Amino acid sequence: MSEIERPRLSLGPILYLWPRERVFDFYAEMIETPVEVIYLGETICSKRRQLKPEDYWEIAEQITAAGKEAVISTLALIESEGELKTLKRICADQRFLIEAGDLAALGFLEGRPFVAGHSINLYNHRTLDFLAKLGLKRWVMPVELGRSTVADLLKYRPPGVECELFAFGRLPLAYSARCFTAYNRGLGKDNCNFCCGDYPDGLLVTTQEGQAFLNLNGIQTQSATVHSLLPALTEIRDLGVDLLRISPQSQHTADVVHVFADCLNGKLDPREGTVRLRQWAPLGLCDGYWTGQAGYRLGMSI
Amino acid sequence: MELVCPAGNLPMLKAAVDHGADAVYLGFRDDTNARHFAGLNFTDQQIAEGVKYAHDRRVKVFVAINTYPQPGNWTRWQAAVDRATGLGIDALILADMGVLDYAAERHPGISLHLSVQGSATSPAAIGFMQHHFGIKRVVLPRVLSLAQVAQLIQNISVPVEIFGFGSLCVMVEGRCLLSSYASGQSPNTFGACSPAAHVEWRDTPQGQETRLGGVLLERRAPGEPAGYPTICKGRYWVDGELRHAIEEPTSLNTLDILPELMAAGVSAIKIEGRQRSTRYVTQVTQVWREAIDACKRNPQAFQPKESWRKMLAQVSEGTQTTIGPYERTWH
Repeated sequence: MSEIERPRLSLGPILYLWPRERVFDFYAEMIETPVEVIYLGETICSKRRQLKPEDYWEIAEQITAAGKEAVISTLALIESEGELKTLKRICADQRFLIEAGDLAALGFLEGRPFVAGHSINLYNHRTLDFLAKLGLKRWVMPVELGRSTVADLLKYRPPGVECELFAFGRLPLAYSARCFTAYNRGLGKDNCNFCCGDYPDGLLVTTQEGQAFLNLNGIQTQSATVHSLLPALTEIRDLGVDLLRISPQSQHTADVVHVFADCLNGKLDPREGTVRLRQWAPLGLCDGYWTGQAGYRLGMSI
Repeated sequence: MELVCPAGNLPMLKAAVDHGADAVYLGFRDDTNARHFAGLNFTDQQIAEGVKYAHDRRVKVFVAINTYPQPGNWTRWQAAVDRATGLGIDALILADMGVLDYAAERHPGISLHLSVQGSATSPAAIGFMQHHFGIKRVVLPRVLSLAQVAQLIQNISVPVEIFGFGSLCVMVEGRCLLSSYASGQSPNTFGACSPAAHVEWRDTPQGQETRLGGVLLERRAPGEPAGYPTICKGRYWVDGELRHAIEEPTSLNTLDILPELMAAGVSAIKIEGRQRSTRYVTQVTQVWREAIDACKRNPQAFQPKESWRKMLAQVSEGTQTTIGPYERTWH
């Protein structure tokens, strides 16, 4: 039995448009870290085609060969026929577990094990039971749900179904038809010039009194500050959560993974770990959702 | 094409019925529906009265139970489904898969509509909900262009309802947490975007400020028009410029593309605004009834009347209207 029995660490898909080589390098680096499950694939915008499904499958093979689990994540919002076609193709591949980002994927995945991503609205036990009958192996809790609902859902969970929490990263808050990165550059989505590539960690939105508030990433809106559940680690472990997800940032993702791993191993106190995480979250941390407050609030973290 | 109008209370229901709605939609007086505001919505007895009034005039009544229950409050949603079906309504508008599963199993005779909050935007997603829950209609989130709506309709066997007029929700409905990020309460969990209890209006030397959960959404000069403060319509600093980074304070109005919507095979047009007034419902229902009838008679010659535009402009929120996502350039 490894020292980290539960929760295990996972790495969420890259949410931004990074250069192709950077993506390959990133996964080569991540394979060497203590994350046990790695999600990969384009989840935000179908126009980003620097990597094709074949590329992701190739990386997934490397992840598997390194003894880790690879999961292919799919788009959070399906609009066009082309997107649906690609989704169908990704879901037809049987080699890797697939994380559904949209209801469309559920239909394609029904009857085999799958993961329901945080953009699938799974808020209660009846939905959990329903999806479990279709083959749900794991679900990522919608990020606005706090510990009391997490605790309730874990009490009801069907046997064999794992629960994953979004534990570190800019919160995925909303999806739109409009590309906000292009919009703020005066461009339309159809002529975006892939300008989101200029913002490897998204485009910051600040209130008129200087509060770092939101972060624009194509059609996705994120929190500007970084959500961290590290201070709740003991409680999370006691609840029986199976996985903690770390959402990639362009810098220091490996460092973040090591801090979480060290805290799970008992080598580092979560309070001390949070002090370290702070230096890699220059705009600050947030954790309000966990304690049932507004998501941007900071309650637990020191 | 059916005209589906909002009913925030009994007088609004009667106004919609009297002025030409084919159907009205409403909710219980709690967080089981996505327009959970103080003083709004219906008791069971009021629904029963509304159903009688509407049915006597051959108008349908839909009940929205379109928020997402959690284990701790699940029984209230279950009870809401049971109560609504006992009141003789024509359809339930649901979003949550668990609630849909319950309603389909417990009340197989009742028509289920997939709410806009259900976030189904593709033939595969709609087919999935149809296969499992037998949905009889889908309300589309405001994300697809007109061409995409037309193509979608070709590829499904579920009738489609779209939003035609009212507040413009910029995000995919049912998957927007902006409100809870600032206030702790979201459309999904609480049934309201920007809940009034978390909104502050303050006059300061810098101008009038509006906040949600303490976060400054807008600071405007005296006399600048103010809509209801939502995060997506706020003004912020982005890349060194102060701007409406997500959307301007604008309303949706699809009157200009009504013939195209009809030709695309849209089954129903929904008017947003259960939180608005009886006057709003009266005027908007009148205009849309006339417009739909005129368009049905002669779609080629359809031209929105100037009087319709004026009337709708009077009741629009914000300073402008847009065709919104139906027009590709909006994206």
